[in-house]
Amino acid sequence: MAAFALGNLSLLLAIPVIGAMLLVLIPRQKSKAHFTCALLFTSLAFLWSLTILNQFDGAKGEMQLVERVPWMRFYGIEYLVGIDGISLFLVLLTTFLMPIAILASWSVKDKSKEYLFFMLILETGMLGAFVALDLFLFYVFWEVMLIPMYFLIGVWGGPRRIYAAVKFVLYTMAGSLLMLVAIIYLATRHAQLTQVLTFDLLQLYDLHLPFHEQAWLFLAFALSFAIKVPVFPFHTWLPDAHVEAPTAGSVILAAILLKLGTYGFVRFAIPLFPAAALAAAPVMIALAVVGIIYGALVAMMQADIKKLVAYSSVSHLGLVMLGLFVFNLQGVQGGIYQMLNHGLSTGALFLLVGMIYDRRHTRMIEDFGGLWKQLPVFSAVLLLVTFSSIGLPGLNGFVGEFLILLGAFAVTPGWTAAAATGMILSAIYMLWMFRRVIFGPLTNPENQKLKDLDRREILILAPVVALIIFMGVYPQPFLSRVKPSVDLTLKRVFAIQGMPTAVNNTAGGEAKNDGR
Amino acid sequence: MVPLDYYLILSAVIFAIGVIGVLVRRNLIVVLMSIELMLNAVNLTFIAFSRYLASMQGQVVVIFVMAVAAAEAVIGLAIVISVFRHRRTLDPQEMQLLKW
Amino acid sequence: MVATTQAVATVDLLRWMPLIPLLASLINMFFGARLGRKTAGGLACVAVLASFAIALYIFWLLPATGMFRDTVYTWIESGSFQVKLSFQVDALTAVMLLVVTGIGFLIHIYSLGYMDHDEGIVRFFVYLNLFIFFMLLLVMGDNLLVLFIGWEGVGLCSYLLIGFWYHDHANTIAGNKAFIVNRIGDFGFVLGLLLLVTELGRQGIWTLDFMELQQHVNLLSPERITLITLLLFVGAAGKSAQIPLFVWLPDAMAGPTPVSALIHAATMVTAGAYMTARLHFLFVLAPETLSLIATIGAATAFFAATVALTQTDIKRVLAYSTVSQLGYMFVAIGIGAFSAAIFHLFTHAFFKACLFLGSGSVIHALDGEQDMRKMGGLKAYLPTTYWTYVIATLAIAGAPFTAGFFSKDFILWQAYSSPRGSTELWFVGWLTAGLTAFYMFRQLFLVFHGECRADEHVKAHIHESPVVMTVPLVVLAAGSIFAGWLGAPEYLWGSLWDHWLQPIFGGAHEAAHGSPTDEINLTLLTLAIGGLGFLLAYFVYGRASKLPDRLASLAGGGPYRLLLHKYYIDEIYDVLIVRPFTYCSRWLAQVFDPGVIDGLVNAVARGARGFSLIWREVQTGNVQHYLAGFLAATLALLAYFLKQQ
Repeated sequence: MAAFALGNLSLLLAIPVIGAMLLVLIPRQKSKAHFTCALLFTSLAFLWSLTILNQFDGAKGEMQLVERVPWMRFYGIEYLVGIDGISLFLVLLTTFLMPIAILASWSVKDKSKEYLFFMLILETGMLGAFVALDLFLFYVFWEVMLIPMYFLIGVWGGPRRIYAAVKFVLYTMAGSLLMLVAIIYLATRHAQLTQVLTFDLLQLYDLHLPFHEQAWLFLAFALSFAIKVPVFPFHTWLPDAHVEAPTAGSVILAAILLKLGTYGFVRFAIPLFPAAALAAAPVMIALAVVGIIYGALVAMMQADIKKLVAYSSVSHLGLVMLGLFVFNLQGVQGGIYQMLNHGLSTGALFLLVGMIYDRRHTRMIEDFGGLWKQLPVFSAVLLLVTFSSIGLPGLNGFVGEFLILLGAFAVTPGWTAAAATGMILSAIYMLWMFRRVIFGPLTNPENQKLKDLDRREILILAPVVALIIFMGVYPQPFLSRVKPSVDLTLKRVFAIQGMPTAVNNTAGGEAKNDGR
Repeated sequence: MVPLDYYLILSAVIFAIGVIGVLVRRNLIVVLMSIELMLNAVNLTFIAFSRYLASMQGQVVVIFVMAVAAAEAVIGLAIVISVFRHRRTLDPQEMQLLKW
Repeated sequence: MVATTQAVATVDLLRWMPLIPLLASLINMFFGARLGRKTAGGLACVAVLASFAIALYIFWLLPATGMFRDTVYTWIESGSFQVKLSFQVDALTAVMLLVVTGIGFLIHIYSLGYMDHDEGIVRFFVYLNLFIFFMLLLVMGDNLLVLFIGWEGVGLCSYLLIGFWYHDHANTIAGNKAFIVNRIGDFGFVLGLLLLVTELGRQGIWTLDFMELQQHVNLLSPERITLITLLLFVGAAGKSAQIPLFVWLPDAMAGPTPVSALIHAATMVTAGAYMTARLHFLFVLAPETLSLIATIGAATAFFAATVALTQTDIKRVLAYSTVSQLGYMFVAIGIGAFSAAIFHLFTHAFFKACLFLGSGSVIHALDGEQDMRKMGGLKAYLPTTYWTYVIATLAIAGAPFTAGFFSKDFILWQAYSSPRGSTELWFVGWLTAGLTAFYMFRQLFLVFHGECRADEHVKAHIHESPVVMTVPLVVLAAGSIFAGWLGAPEYLWGSLWDHWLQPIFGGAHEAAHGSPTDEINLTLLTLAIGGLGFLLAYFVYGRASKLPDRLASLAGGGPYRLLLHKYYIDEIYDVLIVRPFTYCSRWLAQVFDPGVIDGLVNAVARGARGFSLIWREVQTGNVQHYLAGFLAATLALLAYFLKQQ
């Protein structure tokens, strides 16, 4: 054992895989046992991630719990994982939502063994992508999580699942291949300049490439991540994938997979190529703001609740992108916080939609109406989540939204004002949906027989709801742990350039960079 | 002594016959035989060079090739028989499953 | 413009004022069904009573120049930007606290009776307590962001309570409208707030705390202040239903009547006025904004009063009257008379709550009927309701020595005499006072006098409301008279009110021109037009006559229809804003997104497919063809390399 002792993070990555292996051994007929096993291991991963949170030193911005094992020595590829304030909560979000997603999959009867197997592998893939600090390793995990999702959509999805799954994979793959090229190029250039061939992110951070090279590399990375986020206009795979994916698939897709895109920006694309990122900021901000408004406008007219939520994701993630690309503490911190918020509230929305779908086998808004009478608990939870998504102060959404707007306003007031219209638009589309689904007379006879949430469903929703409120009322434990890492990232962006007030140059405002 | 060139020309001719046989014959068994022809043409070249260069390496390779050819003929004929059982034909034109 | 230094003391009790209603709300939310209707309602009332008791105690402790603070914890911290969840009570807040918890408590009691037969009574009290919680956050927050939590929170409660009877689409549509229109205001509010923070942050001061803002306000340039105050005023206009964002308030009457009284008359809608008064130190530095506010306030007051002339729904009249009275408050703010605005807010809370609860009592008695044309002659059936209604009507019409008389005259006097005021402002306010008297007495006559026009089966059941409903009415009616006595003009016994608020708005007042004689003369003028309004109402509606119909068909009925349809504002908004907006949205969702953006993606996919379709022809599947290709390629390579040598 001494020769190969697993570190904390590696163990976290291993737990779902071990679960998946055990799952394979359980005979096909025992589907209860499959669920129990999957639930057990995802819960175990969550508990383990809590111990990681416990060990995490919130005052430090550097990578912590770093593990480094040579993998392909000849190519300088290592197994290198670590965690900082930025990835910490995303890891926790992942492990937190996985048991919930498994619980929410109770209605999956067909091939449940394979389904759960893919879920567990997916968890490892996502966790790996969040903790990988070696670019090659990151790429491996990035692709690893693609495959299970492909199957989850393609096998257990709705009527157009094949189309959606293929679109999802091809679209994402197209972006990520460019990223692979960029990764290899970057490592090669590093080798040329320093005689060290490495994919170690922390070493590559210190590479000073001339601007035109940075620009191309940034473009490749940014395209890959932008598709994942998705940034307008690369978003069209998302509604299709969401609509066709099974409930748990949608939850994971919205809550975690999309975050990998924004996470990719803040972890890789921005600090690796700061000059290019700064130069691209106006474009990215513009795309982000267009995304906010466009997503909201399109969401308004959707007849399918899932599609509405999917487009609202486009809008919300536009806000996150805005926060990341204003390059100040409030913006980036708010952006990261908003990633968590979006994960929770959109995750909860998809869970709720899934619950109602299990009962009625439809997601069309027009098929509902007056549900409050029949499903008061469901309606109350939906109300809360709706307002979290709208950004009501006191719930989680507001904190992130406000910080982003605050950060952005100092840099680019005009775009921020445009982005703030999202406040109005989100209220319009969410409340409109809510009114048509929950309020009104209960006329449809099929709806009159519906049962309210059962214990399992309440058990699923309760932790999410609790977090939604907690994160709105007391965000400080999160924000304070994120801050040092964001500071460090921003320092990296500006220090490499040697221009501490570079925010001015990007956005044209005379704003002094604040807060630092 | 017969010059090297003659051997080479002869083996080239045999090889060419083999190639043409593989490409144009409509019977798998003949195709297999043509492959054998190509292999033997190569063998002939090896032997010729072995003699010419006074090296044993060529002859070693030839024995190796003959072993491979034997194995190949065994497997090839087995496949041919099994294909024939299934499809009652040995015309390669009829076997276009690679398209799919 | 230096604020009087205030003695700040920490009082931990403050946090319990909002917390108790919140706890009651949570208890009712989770266990209300098990507690039973009576217990749940009682709990809700007791919670508000407890808050009221604390508010009274705080009020008693509070010296006029003092301020109490209670910091709970740091809410958001990001670099130098820090927001604490903390409460403050100063003279201004104390007034608001008494209004919110005091009138809130009365309305809670009233609701026990009013909602008694409703199956959703527990839910009702959950919302109502939650509303009190948020409203207290709003008035007690010591920084703009805590205020904003309350601001949005009361919006949420308003949304939920307007759509309380959710099975009727009209109610929930009204709820949506209220929330969304308010959000438009909030959009301005948030931008103003951001501008304020970043402008000060640029000077190194990251704060949203009112006291610190007041200290550092001189760091801001005048243009910035104008912009900031304009944006903040957009928020205030949304919340307090001023032109052009007033459209939601009349529709908000879809909610249960106690809600209209509490939220849409006494407390929430005055939040805009409260916010501007709270930030008076900013607003006084922006004369352009102030004059705009005064203009909008006057226009709203007049405009809403004209609409109220023709409405037939008992609550709608009151709704437009509320908009109109809010207009008065903004006139006062616009001329820098913040103390007058808050005074009117205070008195208005009493008489308007009394009017709404009275109308609720009528509606209750008539089994849900709201159309005044089906009322009449109710004086005999509902004596308590009638007499309280009369008092409140007198108060709003400005009869001498009622609350409305003092507060309205105070505003009109300021509008005339203060340096920011003008005769035009005064004139509009004066005219509105006449209109107010007319439409209020019209309502009084239509509802309580004359023949009873209700259906027979309704008529049989008309009954005076139970004691839980009449007691609040009586208390509020008393308030409608005596609340005004606190702020009597100098020529009577002088204003306690101004003394109380002096430390807050101290410098905000500027020397008024004009003598006490002018003041008395103006008051007489106002009384005259009020009396005229009463007489007109009496002749038109007080006696059986054909006059109403004749008035309606005046000038071909055009003016009447215009007023009846509220100047067609909703329709204009629908055509100018809502429809283009939904059309654009539909086009994006149904044409642009699937067609162009996804179309491009699919076009790439189709391109790849077409390309492969062509090249798949090469794959014949015939091994011999492949081999031929193989041979050809080999030969080509061979040829190439031979040529190289």
